[in-house]
Amino acid sequence: MRSDRASAPLALKIAAACGLLFLHLPILLIFVYAFTTEEKSYQWPPPGLTLKWFAVTWGRPDVWEALGLSVRVAAVSTAIALVLGTLCAAAVSRTKFFGRETISLLVILPIALPGIITGIALRSAFNLADIPFSVWTIVLGHATFCVVVVYNNAVARFRRTSASLIEASMDLGADGFQTFRHVILPNIGTALLAGGMLAFALSFDEVIVTTFTAGQQSTLPIWMLEELVRPRQRPVTNVVAMVVVMVTFLPILAAYYLTRDGDRIAGHGK
Amino acid sequence: MTAVHGDATVQSAIFRERGGLAGSLSDIFWRNPRLLLLLMLTPPVLWLGIIYLGSLFALLAQSFFSIDEFSGLINREFTLKTYGELLIPANLDIIFRTVLMAAAVTLAAAVVAFPVAYYAARYASGKWKALFYLGVMLPLWSSYLVKVYAWKLILAKEGILNWFFAKLHLTWLLEAWLALPVIGGNSLSVSYTGTFLVFLYVWLPFMVLPLQAALERVPASLVEASSDLGATPAQTFRNVLLPLAMPGLAAGSIFTFSLTLGDYIIPQIVGSSRLFIGQAVYAHQGTAGNIPLAAAFTVVPIVIMGFYLWGAKRLGAFDAL
Repeated sequence: MRSDRASAPLALKIAAACGLLFLHLPILLIFVYAFTTEEKSYQWPPPGLTLKWFAVTWGRPDVWEALGLSVRVAAVSTAIALVLGTLCAAAVSRTKFFGRETISLLVILPIALPGIITGIALRSAFNLADIPFSVWTIVLGHATFCVVVVYNNAVARFRRTSASLIEASMDLGADGFQTFRHVILPNIGTALLAGGMLAFALSFDEVIVTTFTAGQQSTLPIWMLEELVRPRQRPVTNVVAMVVVMVTFLPILAAYYLTRDGDRIAGHGK
Repeated sequence: MTAVHGDATVQSAIFRERGGLAGSLSDIFWRNPRLLLLLMLTPPVLWLGIIYLGSLFALLAQSFFSIDEFSGLINREFTLKTYGELLIPANLDIIFRTVLMAAAVTLAAAVVAFPVAYYAARYASGKWKALFYLGVMLPLWSSYLVKVYAWKLILAKEGILNWFFAKLHLTWLLEAWLALPVIGGNSLSVSYTGTFLVFLYVWLPFMVLPLQAALERVPASLVEASSDLGATPAQTFRNVLLPLAMPGLAAGSIFTFSLTLGDYIIPQIVGSSRLFIGQAVYAHQGTAGNIPLAAAFTVVPIVIMGFYLWGAKRLGAFDAL
């Protein structure tokens, strides 16, 4: 702590610490439950600790299938979101044009409106258009709300990238594509990577829209939702929950390190 | 920059036209920035316009249809009958209950988030700042279902919270709380208190981040000046900090309010059997097959959020996003 800052009042420190604990203790609890020997209830404290459930989960084909589908859907949705989000961000941040605000609103809308609205709207549209539910209908939904994450990251970076860099590149004789390849891309690269990772995490975790746009396919969140509504294999669910937490932490940490300097300047996240 | 084009004396200073497809394309784009803009905007606008707005409007259109009570078929004629059904007491109850829950969650989130955001914005620096930032980001991005699941574990009868109260010999307190009308219930996991706690937990990070962004912009000197001029901490908070934090609070409340309005999974897993808007939508479109009523129900949160966003914009919420 720097010396020119007054130290915080004790009450504030305690309140802030309690707030953070409130955010983290429930997630830590998942880690303990993954090792419990109890299989019929959510008994606390765990009567014993075991590693058995990790082996059981490893041998479950339905878990692997759901995981595989989730990864595929997230990868394709992220790719689509990266292209659409970057294009939109470039257009909005470089030029002022009529309807610019509307475009920003359009991008944010899928995430600003409750997920259930996006979900049911897509479902009834698929029904009206006689599109059968498949992996692709899931991807259509996911890509739509992933655009905003990429867009937000890219817009923030474009805002901090000086326009004179691009003008200088053009003045020095580079054409538009060279400028894009050698000047713009290196500047926005890490923001795109971060946006892509967050989009991946968002899609990987999405359940509300997915319940409406999936047919028989079950992504990992759908699998978990079924377990939540009708618990059948509590220990396996515990292990899956713990693995999901660990897997989503990695891209988030990576995204944080990639955009760290930017956050210090811009002072906001997400 | 375009003014020099026609000038003959400057002509020689301009680069020759580039050869090749990439070169000429690049030249065309440079001369017609609007063309490039159009090309860049077309894919995202088409995608969002057709897939998203298209389905949204299709859904809204269906809310003006009605369902035939005998055949269960959808009658595709314009009518306001379905909206009339929203006004029967059972449905009004659902709407009222959801809005009340969303408001309670938003208020509580603001209260819990403020100290975290204020400490992170004003006092934390270096490593602590990173810790606070990650401390909010990790729960924000970790799996929604896992978070709900964690609360199912916590609130279970044999779970940690009951155990904790028993250890402190405070079980009577918990029971007294559960005996209260409306917010109580048989156990925490089937009471509104449980639903409220899970909502608060899951949406809290969405309040902390914009609030922190707004508080970062409050100069420390303003707070110091206020206390130098003799204001008590409470007065400083009310007259200096709170008005300046308002855009952040409004921005955060958009998330907490909207997310609570539309959620149907949390009240389904933790809570009483009484429905929230999201559950009603889900039930009507699913087994009942009453798409018009489900569509009419989705209009409710859209309208509420429309008013909310309009109010938030007046409070300057969009500058803090």
